[in-house]
Amino acid sequence: MAAPRSVRARVAGIAAAPDSGAAAVEAFARRHRFRPYEALPWLAALAAYFLFPGYLPLASQILATILFALSADLVLGYAGIVTLGQAAFFGAGAYTAGLLAAHGWGEPITGLLAAAVTAAAIGFLSGLVILRSTGLSLLMQTLVVAAMLGEAANKASAITGGDDGLQGMQVWPLFGHFEFGLYGRTAFFYCFAVLFLCWLAVRRIVHSGFGRSLTGIRENVGRMHAIGAPVMRRRLVAYTISAALAGISGALVAQTTGFVGLDSLGLERSGTVLIMLIIGGVGRLYGAFIGVPLYMVAQDRFSSIEPVYWYFWIGLLMVLLVTFARGGVLGLVDRLRIWGGKRR
Amino acid sequence: MAFSAGLSVVFHGVAFAMVLYLISVGLSVTMGMMGFVNLAHGVFAMAGGYVMTSLMNRYGVPLPLALGAAAAAVALASLPIERLLYRWLYGGDELDQVLLTMGLVFMSGATAQYLCGALQQPLRLPPGLNGGLHLGFGEVPAYDALLIASGAALVTVLWLGIERSRFGAKIRAAVDNLRMAQSVGIDTSRLFGLTFALGSGLAALGGGLGASLITITPGYALDNLVYFLIVVAIGGLGNIRGPFLAALLVGVADSTCKYLVPQFGAFLIYAMTMAILLWRPRGLFGRA
Repeated sequence: MAAPRSVRARVAGIAAAPDSGAAAVEAFARRHRFRPYEALPWLAALAAYFLFPGYLPLASQILATILFALSADLVLGYAGIVTLGQAAFFGAGAYTAGLLAAHGWGEPITGLLAAAVTAAAIGFLSGLVILRSTGLSLLMQTLVVAAMLGEAANKASAITGGDDGLQGMQVWPLFGHFEFGLYGRTAFFYCFAVLFLCWLAVRRIVHSGFGRSLTGIRENVGRMHAIGAPVMRRRLVAYTISAALAGISGALVAQTTGFVGLDSLGLERSGTVLIMLIIGGVGRLYGAFIGVPLYMVAQDRFSSIEPVYWYFWIGLLMVLLVTFARGGVLGLVDRLRIWGGKRR
Repeated sequence: MAFSAGLSVVFHGVAFAMVLYLISVGLSVTMGMMGFVNLAHGVFAMAGGYVMTSLMNRYGVPLPLALGAAAAAVALASLPIERLLYRWLYGGDELDQVLLTMGLVFMSGATAQYLCGALQQPLRLPPGLNGGLHLGFGEVPAYDALLIASGAALVTVLWLGIERSRFGAKIRAAVDNLRMAQSVGIDTSRLFGLTFALGSGLAALGGGLGASLITITPGYALDNLVYFLIVVAIGGLGNIRGPFLAALLVGVADSTCKYLVPQFGAFLIYAMTMAILLWRPRGLFGRA
């Protein structure tokens, strides 16, 4: 995101020097290098492991959900596809891993891969159909795809357990060695490692030429068509990758909690992942790492008091965010930086 | 036997369609005219249902009066919401609109549960409406017949109003070409507010009238969102006739599917929607 930031900076009057063009090119060339702050989320996660050993199950859920939010960031923040159906892929992954584990194949890593493949296949097939449209029609179709899968899972209760959820998952030890025990240490490191690998992959994708062209499509579709970029194919690939990531996230949750319910396909899940992402900041790769922990820790604290009130407050927060603080936490940081720059 | 079963299935579907149309028509106009993705539209229908059932159950207000009061109250309450929250986002980023309206959905669900509890609100019909109604060719539920009759009356009034009145002409102008409408001196900001209130009031009517078909629970706005959006998507945006035909299609298809193949539930409706949108992305009656 180096180039757009420098554009913004110029607008704000920071880098008005004549060599700003060269500086922008320089920044653009460096955009994919690792920066020290990128280690922060991982250090924070490790610190949480040692500081809050009693909350490891929650921490694992947070890590898995960060991956889900990351998948949403890829379609929403980079490809610019506003989706209300991301839960379709989360649920597809969760049910795939869950069904495998409930029917005698509890090996976790192949379960993850199977979940990724299933979710990617659903993403690809539904993307072929729905990505032809844009705007409201597209939004609606993402919603309908998720509703369709949800209804299928609900009605096929002989296979999925329907309303009661999928019971009887037997997840084998990781690498045949590490049991998913009561304290959740294995689950924590499992989620940690999977998230880390997926994050590397996503980081690589968004900084690649492919990722830049996605941003181009988001910012100006007409121009991307004009320069001959295969817009539909790019969006379809992004949508499929994002679906695979969401599927992995769903499988992680299923394997570490040993349960899959209908809510894994629900509209509420598609909606809340957007909220978490927006609290952190969209299209920045790190929004997920900030928004998800904030949301889930707050939810854990508040909903133990009264889950109904939690929804009231989170709703109010969303309204306030949209009205007063667009861009989320990271957007706020940006604005503070620009403000600080002006004062200097 | 088969005939009477088929008759009651279709009749029920048409009654459901009336409710769907009343709720969705405001949504279609809001989306078409203001370019606003209003996922919270179901909230107004839910509010109408709650106000009506509370008035009837707690204070013994008769049904027509309670219904009218509910529609008026919701239409009035929607005005400040439009002024304070919605208008800033007209024609803006879809994501912001989605977030704002999802936030309203969450808040309203929690508020409804706080005020009225998690259980479904019972609708106690006057004794005359509980039984069947003998028509020349068979017997149909009286309440369904009332729904269809009142729905048809409202639709006629609405269509005549939009086609013949000055206010309706302004709405059509703003939907067709917003900038031109502004240039010829139509106060579109005021028009948006009034249209929004009208749509919300109609939704409240639909929510109240349809309380026996779409049960009034705190999850109302979220659970039924897909259905309302489907009607708008199939009917085409910014259009008041398209959603009517779409609602008829969805209503009758829904009641037929649930009668013939209950094991599929709503799955076939969703599949039908996808097929229609694949064929015509702007809906069956939307303008290209």
